[in-house]
Amino acid sequence: MSNYNLTHIKELEAEAIYILREVFAQFENPALLFSGGKDSICVAHLAKKAFFPAKVPFPFVHVDTGHNFPETMEFRNNYVEELGVKLIVGSVQESIDSGAATEEKGKNASRNAIQTVTLLDTIETHGFDACIGGARRDEEKARAKERFFSHRDEFGQWDPKNQRPELWNIFNGRCQQGEHFRVFPLSNWTEMDVWQYILSENIALPSLYFAHERQVVRRNGTWLPVSEFIQIDEKEEIVTKKIRFRTLGDITITGGDESDADTLEKIVDEVASARQTERGNREDDKRSETSMEDRKKQGYF
Amino acid sequence: MTNEIKPHDNKGYLDMELLRFTTAGSVDDGKSTLIGRLLFDSKSIFQDQLDQVAKSSERKGLEHTDLALLTDGLKDEREQGITIDVAYRYFATPKRKFIIADTPGHIQYTRNMVTGASTANCALILVDARNGVIEQTRRHSIIASLLQIPHVIVCVNKMDLAEYSEKRFEEIKEEYEAFASKLDVKDVRFIPISALNGDNVVNRSENMDWYEGSTLLYTLENLHIGSDHNHIDCRFPVQTVIRPKNDKYHDYRGYAGRIASGVFKPGDEVTVLPSGFSSKIKSIDSIDGEIAEAFAPMSISMQLEDDIDIGRGDMIVRTNNKPEPKQDIEAMLCWLNNQGPRPRAKYILRHTTSDAKAMIKDIRYKLDISSLHRNEEDKDIQMNDICKVLIRTTKPLLTDPYRKNRITGSLILVDEGTNETVAAGMIV
Repeated sequence: MSNYNLTHIKELEAEAIYILREVFAQFENPALLFSGGKDSICVAHLAKKAFFPAKVPFPFVHVDTGHNFPETMEFRNNYVEELGVKLIVGSVQESIDSGAATEEKGKNASRNAIQTVTLLDTIETHGFDACIGGARRDEEKARAKERFFSHRDEFGQWDPKNQRPELWNIFNGRCQQGEHFRVFPLSNWTEMDVWQYILSENIALPSLYFAHERQVVRRNGTWLPVSEFIQIDEKEEIVTKKIRFRTLGDITITGGDESDADTLEKIVDEVASARQTERGNREDDKRSETSMEDRKKQGYF
Repeated sequence: MTNEIKPHDNKGYLDMELLRFTTAGSVDDGKSTLIGRLLFDSKSIFQDQLDQVAKSSERKGLEHTDLALLTDGLKDEREQGITIDVAYRYFATPKRKFIIADTPGHIQYTRNMVTGASTANCALILVDARNGVIEQTRRHSIIASLLQIPHVIVCVNKMDLAEYSEKRFEEIKEEYEAFASKLDVKDVRFIPISALNGDNVVNRSENMDWYEGSTLLYTLENLHIGSDHNHIDCRFPVQTVIRPKNDKYHDYRGYAGRIASGVFKPGDEVTVLPSGFSSKIKSIDSIDGEIAEAFAPMSISMQLEDDIDIGRGDMIVRTNNKPEPKQDIEAMLCWLNNQGPRPRAKYILRHTTSDAKAMIKDIRYKLDISSLHRNEEDKDIQMNDICKVLIRTTKPLLTDPYRKNRITGSLILVDEGTNETVAAGMIV
């Protein structure tokens, strides 16, 4: 008699693959939201597994704020080509130019909040009825209540009180015309699980996740990368540090940690001993105690 | 996290089991404090989360950091001091990884408890040592039994307010056992704790040296969950068919899905239902190569020797062990929607990967979930009610009793008009 037990990583993998196949079976026009960050790379990797030997049956959607790390863009382009999937880019710059979105002003301005406008436009233009994303419930307290199949109304809004109960492994993806779902196959994964999976599957990532030398300034308790998109005061000193990023957002809001972790093994060990949450360095979350909850209600990712 | 094992070491961290448990109990039972304590004492709390909680505690004018605030959710909830919904929380020790389905304990939230319980290996039921077994304790236990959660741990909390009395603990244990003898729960344990002070949660209590059992965390780390899946009856509901249609895989047909129960191996004689055609498993495929044997809850794709017309909603089973095709289904139903069932209304019934139209033909009785009393007079079903019904479907479904199989024995009803999930059912 064998021991029929799966390790936790294998069980999470099986759950995520099941969800991805469920999206393919239940929806007419699903898409995969791909930012080139580690979570969406994991989702894409799981999609490759779920439909092997066929191709991944979803187009990839990238909401491009124009404030990207060049390394992320390069990775995105190569990855999409390797998979042979279609890439659809929603441009925040276009939303600003057309007047649909208004850019923030000031020293700490970011395009994080107005991404929502572009995302909802892109969903509407292409008529997507499901968008698969890499969000996890452990990231932030507003996400702890998120469903695998997260229902959004015709305005793209998320109402925490109106989420459908999900029981066993039966998922209800039925919706009215104009409404859509966000689907999160990594719901039950933690940051640690993602890194362990990347390690055990040996998944390629953008170089930014590994320790590297970079020009940075100290701002709000984190090392912010120097780029053409941030305003630097005379008082701020540009220094070169060996840092790595735990999470990738826009280059304007993503802080790095000083680190020597330049291999996956070292990163896993570093994550295990971390004393800060992964999003602790995300300026977009620090604005208020409920910033994530408020943005989700607006239709944010 | 301080461990002897390096986290990236394959023999340690990558080799853990996953345990899912629910916590039932009200704010007053100290449920949030207990979860906070588990997270805090197992060192699963990050500094920035702790800073935030310390700040909130200070704003509230509290003298110490209130661990219950760690599980605080949304703005609406904080303003109203309630919990709206199931929240999922995560922590890990070097032995196991845990998913907590944290469900509110108020009476109107039966639906959330049922939801959280549906995937759980274990239920934590909180009892206030001062109050003993109350109506809410009975409700939570009945739901745990209905949903067939394999393990139940009764945490007798606030022992600090009951003078850490062994006599009081034993009284509550006897009281609970007398009531639980009417239920279908296989494995019940009792632990005297104080979530506020941490007694017997992660660390052993110095105040209760009369207690010789394990702490809560040790119990959670060592529950035997290997038998929680059914590895006997082979059931493979087909989710979708993989057809690459390229030159290399021109005639490839992979039947993809998640194994509900049982073990499948290449060469096995199988029958495809509802068509009844038999064949053999040619291979079980994955991107990493062929798989020698597959079992629940693996997601796989299999090829058969013969070319049979198979699609989503079909089920591949062993030839000598089949589920029962049924169009008249008796089920225990938990009503989840604020609008009760309309007379002769039609619903969409979802069972494994299959859909059918369905009608509730008869309401047999409503179950009083504090007393287990079957009320055959009152047929008025509202949100949070649990009742036994007869459902008629437009096509036969391939069912097993829920007691034998949580996957092929469960169903949901979806309202055709609103698309909402209105009920969850367990097949009798």
